[in-house]
Amino acid sequence: MSKSPNIIIPALGATAVILGVSYGYTARDYGQDRIKILETRVEQAEAAARASSQNANAASDSAADREQRNTQAKGAADLTAPAPDHGSAMGIGRVALPAEIAAWDVDVLPDGRGLPVGSGDVFTGEEVFVERCAACHGDFAEGVDNWPVLAGGFDTLADDDPVKTMGSYWPYLSTAWDYINRSMPFGEAGTLTADETYAIVAYLMYSNDMVDDDFVLSQENFTDVEMHNASGFVIDDRPETEYAAWRTEPCMENCKDEVSVTMRSVFLVATPDAGGTQSVINDATPDGLPRFTAAGPSFIPAAAEASVEDASLAPAEQDVEATDGADLAMVAAGEKLFRRCSSCHAIGDGAKNKSGPQLNGIVGRTIGSVDGFRYSNGMVAANAEGRVWDTESLDGFFENPKSYFPGTKMSFRGFTTPEDRAAVIAYLRSAGE
Amino acid sequence: MDEKLTPSRRAFLKGSAAVAAGSVAGAAAAEGAPDPLITERQDWASYTGIGVDEVPYGLPIHFEKNVVRRNVEWLTASPISSINFTPIHALEGTITPQGCAFERHHSGAIELSKQDYRLMINGLVDKPLVFTYEDLERMPRENHVYFCECAANTGMEWAGAQLNGAQFTHGMIHNMEYTGVPLRTLLKEAGADISADNWVYVEGADASSNGRSIPMEKALDDVLVAFKANGEALRMEHGYPVRLVVPGWEGNMWIKWVRRIEIVDRAVESREETSKYTDVYEDGTARKWTWVMDAKSVITSPSPQMPITHGTGPLVISGLAWSGHGQITRVDVSKDGGITWETARLGKQGDTKALTRFYLDTDWDGAPMLLQARAMDDTGYVQPTKEQLRETRGVNSVYHNNCIQTWYVNVEGIAENVEVS
Repeated sequence: MSKSPNIIIPALGATAVILGVSYGYTARDYGQDRIKILETRVEQAEAAARASSQNANAASDSAADREQRNTQAKGAADLTAPAPDHGSAMGIGRVALPAEIAAWDVDVLPDGRGLPVGSGDVFTGEEVFVERCAACHGDFAEGVDNWPVLAGGFDTLADDDPVKTMGSYWPYLSTAWDYINRSMPFGEAGTLTADETYAIVAYLMYSNDMVDDDFVLSQENFTDVEMHNASGFVIDDRPETEYAAWRTEPCMENCKDEVSVTMRSVFLVATPDAGGTQSVINDATPDGLPRFTAAGPSFIPAAAEASVEDASLAPAEQDVEATDGADLAMVAAGEKLFRRCSSCHAIGDGAKNKSGPQLNGIVGRTIGSVDGFRYSNGMVAANAEGRVWDTESLDGFFENPKSYFPGTKMSFRGFTTPEDRAAVIAYLRSAGE
Repeated sequence: MDEKLTPSRRAFLKGSAAVAAGSVAGAAAAEGAPDPLITERQDWASYTGIGVDEVPYGLPIHFEKNVVRRNVEWLTASPISSINFTPIHALEGTITPQGCAFERHHSGAIELSKQDYRLMINGLVDKPLVFTYEDLERMPRENHVYFCECAANTGMEWAGAQLNGAQFTHGMIHNMEYTGVPLRTLLKEAGADISADNWVYVEGADASSNGRSIPMEKALDDVLVAFKANGEALRMEHGYPVRLVVPGWEGNMWIKWVRRIEIVDRAVESREETSKYTDVYEDGTARKWTWVMDAKSVITSPSPQMPITHGTGPLVISGLAWSGHGQITRVDVSKDGGITWETARLGKQGDTKALTRFYLDTDWDGAPMLLQARAMDDTGYVQPTKEQLRETRGVNSVYHNNCIQTWYVNVEGIAENVEVS
């Protein structure tokens, strides 16, 4: 009987396989009794297939039933519903205390609401900035490495790589004060005083040529400041500029006369097992790639041959990696292999005898020495001679247990490769310490 | 070219060669001698496997160790304030497992326990409130599958074909089933002034205290205060214990470790909605409040990290499509760079504002291909070409690049990120 009674195909397939096998045996002149057995099996398989077919019909009936039930259900009430609106508050939560609100509600709005009383001048700002900010942003707010540039960039917004600083781009001064106060310095957020924040913002304004070096910023004059790019923003107008034009029935055939590759990926990206990526500049150019028309590619390029040089250099790199973590990798490999042993042997804290002896301290342990385990005669004899499990004897035993210790109770067939044996021994050494 | 990078380039090339060689060896075994994997008893068919509880919380089997999030180090100054990419090339279906869903932090992922979690709602409310995690669990909740896409996904491609891999061009996206309380429930609880002109400012508990302003209409519509994803607790890197879910809108608004909701009479104009996440156009003006992620699609296989290794014959072209406006209704696939299009099969009718899987089951003749996918959503919007986007926006944008992506597939089945005429 098929294990998939609702599906007719596998059962019929099985019949075909058995018929094929039957024919093969007949042709090779096997004994009549064997052929009889096979014929009986074919009959059984055919019967099973007939039964499956009937079951499959029954199943399709019930599928139709289900569909009908679903159709009926659609007419009935839909029991799914959004989370209910209670109409009034449920009374969950407690009232926020003024001190709590004061601690968390510190955002500053463009009109200056939220600014605390305080002030700071450009010179103080420079001192604070050099001490608290310059490690990332540079002494002159020019940015270190990939950290943001905070000054300059005027008249670059229409360039290919616009430099978007507080001076050139930010539409509101409040954004700077709010962000520095809440989120900076990076890794020490919330440690600046209000006056320090005013001073840093004053220094950044100076760095962006917005004020002279005698400027003092305070909550009093904060909203008088005019930002260079204040009028540079428009609200999302994609509905007019894009959606209106792009909600159309798309072209399906002969949409272009010809297509060619104009640019290939700048970076190839290797994805090592250790994680992360390694980007490599791609030297390939679009030259030599086929152009496409409705008739297909202009030509079929020949398959590239693998570079001998590339192949020969790669293993060396792998060797370097392997040496670094060789021992750990070996122990890890051994741990995996030990799964084959773990149904009979325990190792580690509190390991007890199972159908095989526990293996703590096995490397360097006298053979056949675990209390309470009944060893085979060969092991008992080795124990009497004072023989010890060392790398060599373990390797020999693991290679072929039955020939190394005839009569051993261990049914395991052994590890074929020296690498596997060494890995298991490394694991036993590390786990059984 | 940097000499230091040479060995890895070789390793990379060798990796591709090894894939091809492996498939050849497999085929040879099937045609010639009996396959020892079948005729010889294998260890796993003889020895026992590991027992239950060996790994109390399961991880993918080690054979899949390559299917992980990856960052591109040189893109950002520090991994503490950075992004990595979902391995979308190696995933199927639509749900993103949390463990490989992309991360984006501004001041690192923080450890915030449920016990220490507090959510404040203040501003234009009758009664400012503080909720605990347990409080949230007492409110009616909903389950929805939504995609979360960083506004900068595909951002590098404004400047042409850059990083070679769907993971890197399109991997700042994930798609999960969220469980959470509608934001409108919390607003009602505090007696918020829900006038249409008001805004809901939301802020995170981490050191960046990332804050964004959400217009009231959206806040009352489908925003969730979520505490579970794919049936289990959120991962630390996705805002455990509570994050905001803002369906269809750019990922930066999905505030993680959300600690405060403030009703305000205007947008706060925080750093993340002025200096960042605004789009500079060709003439230097910038669009702000570009929240919605427009319809987009990408072929995940074949793709640069998923070459065709089986030679000619039946080929499954598999991909993902999504729209921040609603449902995906159709995806077309082209093999010739957009001259001819075939309508793909949708894995199943996608949820609104969620990933939809599409397939084109085809027969590869071994000729080179320029593979493209083009999504349509239920507003009738058709995913644009790069050319169309550049015509309206120029090339200076960082965000919202939803262009049609092209993979060049060569005769060996190796795919590469390219730009076409």
